[in-house]
Amino acid sequence: MDFLTMIQVLDSTVRLATPLLLACLAGLFSERAGIFDIGLEGKMLAAAFFSAAVAAMTGSVWLGLLAGIAASMALSGVHGLASITFRGNQLISGVAINFLAAGMTVLIAQDWFKQGGRTPSLMGGGRFNPIELPFAEALSGVPFLGPIYSELISGHTFLVYAAVVAVPFTWWLLYRTRFGLRLRAVGENPAAVDTAGVSVVGLRFAAVAICGVLCGIAGAYLATGLQAGFVKDMTAGRGFIALAALIFAKWRPWYALSACLLFGFLQAIALRYQNIDLGAFTLPVQFMDALPYILTVVILAGFVGKAVPPRAGGEPYVKER
Amino acid sequence: MEKMPAWADAVLVPLFSLLLAALLSALVIIGIGEDPVAAFKLMVEGALMRSAGWGYTLYYATNFMFTGLAVAVAFHARLFNIGGEGQALLGGLGVALACLYIPWPHWTLALLGSTIGAALFGAAWAFVPAYLQAKRGSHIVITTIMFNFIAAALLNYVLVNLLRPAGAMDPATAKFPEATHLPTFRDMFSTADTILFRGAPANVTFFLAVLACVLVWFLMWRTRLGYEIRAFGHSESGARYAGISPVKITVIAMLISGGLAGLMALNTTQGESERLILNMTEGAGFIGIAVALMGRSHPAGVFLAAILFGFLYQGGAELALWTNIPRELIVVIQALVILFTGALDNMVRMPLEKLFAMLRKGDV
Repeated sequence: MDFLTMIQVLDSTVRLATPLLLACLAGLFSERAGIFDIGLEGKMLAAAFFSAAVAAMTGSVWLGLLAGIAASMALSGVHGLASITFRGNQLISGVAINFLAAGMTVLIAQDWFKQGGRTPSLMGGGRFNPIELPFAEALSGVPFLGPIYSELISGHTFLVYAAVVAVPFTWWLLYRTRFGLRLRAVGENPAAVDTAGVSVVGLRFAAVAICGVLCGIAGAYLATGLQAGFVKDMTAGRGFIALAALIFAKWRPWYALSACLLFGFLQAIALRYQNIDLGAFTLPVQFMDALPYILTVVILAGFVGKAVPPRAGGEPYVKER
Repeated sequence: MEKMPAWADAVLVPLFSLLLAALLSALVIIGIGEDPVAAFKLMVEGALMRSAGWGYTLYYATNFMFTGLAVAVAFHARLFNIGGEGQALLGGLGVALACLYIPWPHWTLALLGSTIGAALFGAAWAFVPAYLQAKRGSHIVITTIMFNFIAAALLNYVLVNLLRPAGAMDPATAKFPEATHLPTFRDMFSTADTILFRGAPANVTFFLAVLACVLVWFLMWRTRLGYEIRAFGHSESGARYAGISPVKITVIAMLISGGLAGLMALNTTQGESERLILNMTEGAGFIGIAVALMGRSHPAGVFLAAILFGFLYQGGAELALWTNIPRELIVVIQALVILFTGALDNMVRMPLEKLFAMLRKGDV
């Protein structure tokens, strides 16, 4: 692998890691507040469809982004209603949301566009276009650092940079603000938060809403940044890889960034090379596809550092009477 | 507050949930500009009015019985086995290996062999998540989801690189030998002058699925092991105090669950396609969740819910054929059923409980 190929692989790593990172941070907010969310996939899918549909109809990617966020938040509302208000099973609610999104997106796409469950291809203002950072062109001639700056760091869409900025912001919000402290507390010991006179329900709904916003951005990026339009089941398990990354990162923001970059790198490799020849034996592409999941199981098994989820995760909170 | 009577809990709650799901589905159909009544008529027409329609309905129902029982058994131990899909895929591999590499003299023996293969492979795929849950506390929902993806990748590799016959393009095994082909309903029920179940894939596996319902009922309510599983599901500390080993019950319940999910492959792989193809589960592993929730994890309920979903599946295919309603409508209905019978259970239950409390007061 020469230098330029490496830059290209890393470049697509960044692009593929972005939706994972946004969804992973979404899950982080929700699960840190004690609401398990295996519906990340469904929320991303719904957001991908509505952002592409609205962008195709209005020609404005920003309206598309808003529509995507709205769709994702609507599903978040359902999840909150089921798991916070009615104290239902959070996992089952997540499963339902995934199927709801998988079915509804195709139904509506067929009804609106009659193209077999996809949206028309997005063009011009209907997509997020790459942003050239200043001096990218001028510096591309500089050896080594030039290509890294102009190819790898510059030339991504707005949402990629937004996702990167979201990491320190998440860290700051969770660890340096009162809201963050309470949010983390409500995932560990909701009764204590309640005793302090802070609303458990309110905090959890806030966390679920933030999760909806981030999933919405992730889905919109898939349909309007990474690709040009919505196709059926386009999330292709990314919501679950994000979940895996979240566990891999042990529910911490900076680690989430590295986990998502790692999984994005694996995807980029699998995309570029079908089978990897290691001399003695060949690594099949299917192995690369399965690697994020295998790594997650290994981490979950606690053989390489134990992943401990928030203590009150998955448990509905019943106020003492 | 006094709970409502058991019959209301078992019948009314799922019924109301189902009605809510049906109502919303009808709204969805109206929303995409179609007529829900006409759509329902068409579904009944296509799925229940002809023997061939029944042949498809029962074929799908066979899959859902196996996967529904799989989820139900795990539910009894308070484990959420979301990995039915992966376990069924591995079950398919077990069926394929048994059918391809053992020269069976007759389909009955072949069915016996492939049943063992399917159950063993499905159970084996459930073993690792079960062991990790029991011994290391890794959340079984997450591990079984991961194992679904790993199973898909594994099967893809096996079909593309190992079992695909030389020269073939599509990732599938060779056709199974003639002696392993299972008799279909058409073979079994047609007489010389009337041909029933023409072209429908329902086969002898259906009876195996019904038998599995009976056996699971017997296991759960008439044996010591079943009692231990249910006791563990009700209260882990109580079960531990009674000398029931949590590790043992977790692993055994998941092995049974995985084995049942694996058996689904008999129907699709040996019964229908007669070779192992990619994506042979067609999502049936997930529908098992809806079926188990609707059937309240009881085999009789699972049986009925499976037939209902078989009807929805076949009816949905008819809709896709004759109207502008895509097959994905069924996915939406499935989602609504899971949502209302599973997650929003309390939304239906709380008003009903209030109603019953009021009625009781009226009596006194």
